[in-house]
Amino acid sequence: MSVGTPRGLASSGQKPITEIPHPLSAAEESLSPGPDVSISPGGDKDPELTNGTLVDGSSPASASSTSALLSRLQVEENSEADAAELYASTETRDLFVTVDDPKKHVSTMETYITYRVSTKTTRIEFDLPEYCVRRRYQDFDWLRVKLEETQPTNLIPPLPEKFVMKGVVDRFSEEFVETRMKALDKFLKRVADHPVLSFNPHLNAFLTAKDLNKRQGLALLTKMGESVKHVAGGYKLRARPPEFNAMGEYLDTFSQKLGTIDRIAQRILREQSEYLTELREYASVYSSWAGSEDELQRPLEGVAGCVTTCCGALEDLSENMSQDFLPVLREYVLYTETMKNVLRKRDQSQAEYEGRLEAAVLRRQEDRTPMPLEVEKCQDKMECFNADLKADWERWQCNKRQDFKQLLIGMADKNINYYEKCQTAWESLVTVLQEKQTEDKTSETN
Amino acid sequence: MMAENGKDEAAASDGESADGSASLTVERRDSNLLRRMEICVAEAEKRSGKNAISMQETFTVYLIETRPADAAAEGRVQPPESVWRRYSEFELLRAYLILTYPFYVVPPLPEKRAEFVWHKLSADNMDPDFVERRRIGLENFLLHVASHPGLSNDKILSHFLTEENCWKEAVYETGFQDKADSRMRAFGATFRVRSPQKCFIDMKQYSEELQCHTSQLLRARARVADRVYAVYKVHGNYGRVFSEWSGVEKVMGDGLQSAGHHMDSYAASIEEILEEEEHYADQLKEYLCYAEALRAVCRKHELTQFELETASQDLISKKQQRDELATGMVRTFSFKGVTNKLFGQEAPEQREARLSMLDELIADAEDSVRAKAAECEEHVQKAWADILRFKEEKDKDLREALLNYAAIQINMCKKGIQVWSNTRESFQKM
Repeated sequence: MSVGTPRGLASSGQKPITEIPHPLSAAEESLSPGPDVSISPGGDKDPELTNGTLVDGSSPASASSTSALLSRLQVEENSEADAAELYASTETRDLFVTVDDPKKHVSTMETYITYRVSTKTTRIEFDLPEYCVRRRYQDFDWLRVKLEETQPTNLIPPLPEKFVMKGVVDRFSEEFVETRMKALDKFLKRVADHPVLSFNPHLNAFLTAKDLNKRQGLALLTKMGESVKHVAGGYKLRARPPEFNAMGEYLDTFSQKLGTIDRIAQRILREQSEYLTELREYASVYSSWAGSEDELQRPLEGVAGCVTTCCGALEDLSENMSQDFLPVLREYVLYTETMKNVLRKRDQSQAEYEGRLEAAVLRRQEDRTPMPLEVEKCQDKMECFNADLKADWERWQCNKRQDFKQLLIGMADKNINYYEKCQTAWESLVTVLQEKQTEDKTSETN
Repeated sequence: MMAENGKDEAAASDGESADGSASLTVERRDSNLLRRMEICVAEAEKRSGKNAISMQETFTVYLIETRPADAAAEGRVQPPESVWRRYSEFELLRAYLILTYPFYVVPPLPEKRAEFVWHKLSADNMDPDFVERRRIGLENFLLHVASHPGLSNDKILSHFLTEENCWKEAVYETGFQDKADSRMRAFGATFRVRSPQKCFIDMKQYSEELQCHTSQLLRARARVADRVYAVYKVHGNYGRVFSEWSGVEKVMGDGLQSAGHHMDSYAASIEEILEEEEHYADQLKEYLCYAEALRAVCRKHELTQFELETASQDLISKKQQRDELATGMVRTFSFKGVTNKLFGQEAPEQREARLSMLDELIADAEDSVRAKAAECEEHVQKAWADILRFKEEKDKDLREALLNYAAIQINMCKKGIQVWSNTRESFQKM
């Protein structure tokens, strides 16, 4: 497969999104490997494990032949593994974004954090090849709302939680800011990697504008940033196609399991914290005993030292789990919710179409009028939605697999690291203790 | 032949064990009883019987096997002599040794009841793990006693090891219990020694510190064990959820499933690790008990010292009385002095009678003081030698215990790395 650079794609400001040819309408061509420069937040070095998506919008095939479109989708759905390959292998990317460099801003009205958003691109939609702007959380939130409004049939990646519900967390603490920044970076990268979303004009504005012109309705939006616009109201869905049913069921189970894993991880953190408290006390008992001994002083101090080292290692492990593991897990819960919403919207779209169709059929039976245009439009909308959703689903599944693989391997690595540190400490103590033993033995035989 | 062997071996490392105070490096090997015979506590068995108040009870008995040491050396296969004893008999033996040899730090028995328990550990005396650890503890006790230069030759001890019959009767016949009452009284009482020996004071202080530290450590360790157990067990929940999750995944399923299994085995692995740690705890408990025995020796020294001072004081006052009676000068207050003043002096015959009586009393008192002084001296000599011996053994044993503990921790780390590496591999296959 080879992917040419996007050519002939209309600037997204000029054509409505629905008229831009769907990426899947292109012939299935193999992807040529390309350099992957941007590093995903987890520091993943494997070039294949990117939020890799197909960047291809070349062939101006019309989107009207829905059956051809669907059959193409059928082929792709045959094996998820193949699809994974399709999206996971390296490809030429022409839009790179990074979120970093958090800074605190203090004004008379409020205190807030901004992040540097850097962009590198060769796309013609962008006037310059490089951009560097500062954005705050509000701006990301705005972007997300806009994307949802303008791309209702696509899955928009989630943002980290807007409000800190725990109450005790410091919004300006290093850890909180660090965690949030990683999530924002991930969000933006996912958007930038999306073949459709990345061409959205609002993204362009977000990445390039000196001063974002925010729309009025910002304050009215919900915490999740979900716009509550329905495609249509009052239509009942007859029967959901089985593939979407399967999606729905999967999402239910998946989010349930995620919730369980989150609870387990939190429980482990709590238990580890209590373990740490007792360990510290334990170390101090050895230390105080050492004070009343002479020959045994060094060995006892040695043990106290080892236990203390293990305490440090345990602290690191817990911190890592808390900062790296849990946030990503929670983000996927949000992602799953978002996906469920998109499914619901699709259902609405299908319901509307079926409703109108039914009404039209009845009328046709009465007075032989041709199928009204709006019904056809509805059908197109539904089928487009279905196609988008399936594509996004595949992408999401693929990303999910990579993300979780990375996440869980990270968890295993942290634990291995913890035990390695402890083992090293104890082994060096054994060396010291054994030296003393042989010293004594030789002096005894003398 | 056997005795000769024993003597030869003892002579080989001689020069050190000749006088008590320098017997610092007497090793277990060189002491008498253990040279002559191998001792082990081989088995434990449940028995049922009627106890002192004729109630049916179940208890455990332990098999003590002894065999002459040179049998193995000469290549002879000799069946061991065996004796079954229960814990209470060991207790009786130890009580006898403590009262008969108050100047020795008598080795401790394994605990009567499970203490410093962390929640999962069975506090049931019938629990097989507990019984096994008790068996080891009892064997250690016998080995320690048999290798103690002062204790190992005791007749009651050898009777205990070799002959089941009539042992209890023999112990009671020694009349060791008589000393028990006075000991109880003495240890309860507060008394002040006029001129205490600093080394014993310091040693008593040390024994109290040792008791304090070992019990603190045992408590802290139990709490740590409790916590680490919880951490491991919660990981078992990962096992379940990964398994469930794998059911809805196509590509990721296998990896998740096998990762789940590894998490299950991780959770299960803590039981074995903590059981191993119990042996370390047992070693600490041994020294907790030793600390108490050490303190008892110091207290006994104080007591004998005090008794000596009392006896000396008594002698002095009697002599003074005699002086006064002889010279007629009353320096001290006495009832006789008062009555003399009130009713006149007594007749010379009476005085003579009293003088000679006093002389007798003084003679007795002098004997008493001599005996007490000898007892004191003996106690000081033997006790101090034993204390130094104990100290060396303690340093060696505890260092070994710490090494064991470190080995357990290293093992735990290795297992942890193994499991998580396996888990990582499973995740890699996702």
